[in-house]
Amino acid sequence: MDFTLTPEQTSFRDEVRGFLSRSMKHDWVARLSQGSDIPRPEAYEMLRRWQRQMYEAGFVGLTWPKEAGGRGLTFMEEMILQQEMALAKAPPVLNILAIGMAGPTIIAYGTDEQKKRYPPKMLSCEEIWCQGYSEPNAGSDLASLQTRAEKDGDHFVINGQKVWTSLAHIADYMMLLARTDPAAPKHKGITYFLLDMKSPGITVKPLKQLTGDAEFNEVYFDNVRVHESQILGGLNNGWAVGLTTLMYERLALGFGLQVRLRIVLDGLVDLARSTKKNGVPVTQDPVMRQKLAQMWIDTEVFKYTGARAITKLLKGELPGPEASAGKMMWVEGHQRVQELAMEIQGAFGQLTRGSEWAVADGLWQHTFLRSRANSIEGGTTEIQRNIIGERVLGLPKG
Amino acid sequence: MNFGFNEEQELLRNTARKFFENECPSDTVRKLMETPEGMSAELWKKLAEQGWLGLIFPEPYDGMALGLVDLVVLMEEMGRAVAPGPYFSTVLLGGLAILEAGSDAQKKEWLPKIAAGDKRVALAWMEPSAQLGPAGVTLTAAEKGGTYTLSGTKLFVHDAHTADALVVAARTRPGAGPEGVSLFLLPKGTKGLAVTLLPTMDQTRKLCEVACSDVTVGADALLGAAGAGWTPLSRVLDRATVALCAEMCGGAQKVLDMTVEYAKIRQAFGRPIGSYQGVKHRAADMLVDVENSKSITYYAAWALDENSPEAPLAVSMAKAYVSDAFRRVAAAGIQLHGGIGFTWEHDLHLYFKRAKGSEFTFGDATHHRERVAQLVNL
Repeated sequence: MDFTLTPEQTSFRDEVRGFLSRSMKHDWVARLSQGSDIPRPEAYEMLRRWQRQMYEAGFVGLTWPKEAGGRGLTFMEEMILQQEMALAKAPPVLNILAIGMAGPTIIAYGTDEQKKRYPPKMLSCEEIWCQGYSEPNAGSDLASLQTRAEKDGDHFVINGQKVWTSLAHIADYMMLLARTDPAAPKHKGITYFLLDMKSPGITVKPLKQLTGDAEFNEVYFDNVRVHESQILGGLNNGWAVGLTTLMYERLALGFGLQVRLRIVLDGLVDLARSTKKNGVPVTQDPVMRQKLAQMWIDTEVFKYTGARAITKLLKGELPGPEASAGKMMWVEGHQRVQELAMEIQGAFGQLTRGSEWAVADGLWQHTFLRSRANSIEGGTTEIQRNIIGERVLGLPKG
Repeated sequence: MNFGFNEEQELLRNTARKFFENECPSDTVRKLMETPEGMSAELWKKLAEQGWLGLIFPEPYDGMALGLVDLVVLMEEMGRAVAPGPYFSTVLLGGLAILEAGSDAQKKEWLPKIAAGDKRVALAWMEPSAQLGPAGVTLTAAEKGGTYTLSGTKLFVHDAHTADALVVAARTRPGAGPEGVSLFLLPKGTKGLAVTLLPTMDQTRKLCEVACSDVTVGADALLGAAGAGWTPLSRVLDRATVALCAEMCGGAQKVLDMTVEYAKIRQAFGRPIGSYQGVKHRAADMLVDVENSKSITYYAAWALDENSPEAPLAVSMAKAYVSDAFRRVAAAGIQLHGGIGFTWEHDLHLYFKRAKGSEFTFGDATHHRERVAQLVNL
């Protein structure tokens, strides 16, 4: 057991620190949605520029192979990068679904041509990706998806609808799961396509959420034609390919989530210090001290459980269902931070952006509302518990 | 960075697991917990033969000179077996106190005997106020002409009734601060020393009251310098706390294992209860509690071994987290077993009671959360 860095890792850390101290603009944090890994619409342009800057400095796609435009480094460097970003309160990259999911999946399953074509432009943010998985009648039970892809010569014709599609309105490509064999058992007839979002027949409609933002979309397909060379991982093999994506999602987000939780917690502590109740700072209230300390502890615990997972990865083990535990912990932790922020603000918690009485220009009100989605998006907490119960503990399926 | 155990540590784990499965199965635990001593001389000797009684002592004192990270492995396995006996009190409390505070002569006299299994030493530091800081030490040690007279009562003293000597924390100078706290090493049978065994919820761990009525000893009974006892004592308590957390992790893991096995075979409404989400989801929460407990305990052990400035914070984070987690896991274990889990015959209650006792040993979660708040300058 050893938490110290090697000289090479130390010099990598210094490289990251140097970059962040040169490039970070300090007012960025306040302008970002702290709770969400999916950036707020108003921040898109800023985040695009930020990713471009990170990319040019060589800090996007650290673990990707060099041929895919990455640096061929290990998850250790990725973790160092994420830790330093947390310390500097650096924003996430815009193309998060490409970097976290589509890219690793293409690297794992893609043809040589696909591997050459797509990953580099993900890293540089030239092409934004979205994820076409969920449908109105296929959420947790993803395999019952109904969007169809029917063969027509060397093309497939797509009809159907996706929903909760983050970034679809600015995306260039979609990871699309569609049914190619309706006669097969539901897990067997699905294919994974790399779909050009500029194809004729695609309609993207913004979906206004309870926060008032429209960061998600509905996507409709009306006879959209996609060439068979856009299949990833083979016809009717989409379920296996799609699950790989989800595993990477939880893993990649896992690093980032710990960082984002730390940033939000630091914000919460600042809020508690600067808020007075009955004439004394909230941090002097014994009950609030208990709650804040527990939050601090849980955030650190999350970090060390993550470190144990990374140690396994560095020893060559693949990301496993344990990632579900990390996702659950983050969700529970983040929702609790947001509730605490409301509790600290008390009556002021009701006021949103637009009022001069609102705390921090209503930032917490947005992140509080947004945090309700955390336990639904990326696999509900109930689904994560099923995965842990069945695939880690070996309990029988229901 | 490497947050895993090395080959020797994995070997130690395998050896220890087999050892306790063979030497300390639950019928042995039950037999011993019913006795006032709560230990067996035979098992004690076997622990000595493994070298485990001196695991963390330096080599000059016949120890194995291993660190807390190594000890964590052994403690997890002891917790898994809910092993009774004075290992904790002798090695981690009395023994460590002598190592941290004693003179070289005192260490030479006692530590090899502890390592060999010939002597046991307990630590008496808490009092009826149950206050955990230096202010909790009020037992007086009045000095007069080179002798000290100790008067007062110690409470919650692990295994004092089977110890050959007691380390007693006393005040040689009035006040509430750390200065003036002194440690005395009192052999069993010292005049004025009275030990009473207390009935405890967790029968596998024996607690005593130790009354000092005008116990008069020479300055040679001092462990370390007069008035300088709090610093070594707090180092002992930090280490013992992490060892206790490791023991709790092992107990929690065992409860989870028992529960998962049961949920796979117990049928209700025609299928295994583990297939119902009401059961499965609670089991998943137990796993998260167990894994998190291990992560923070391992980190705290490493931080102590490295003398990291963050070590006290890590210790308190661990004790706060694990105290709550083991209690939750043990309770969930009983609930998911249903009626059978509430019987005396089933082993679950041993773990449930151990969880409750451990929760209040060295401060509960509330105490340690406040310590965390102070250490991070909230």
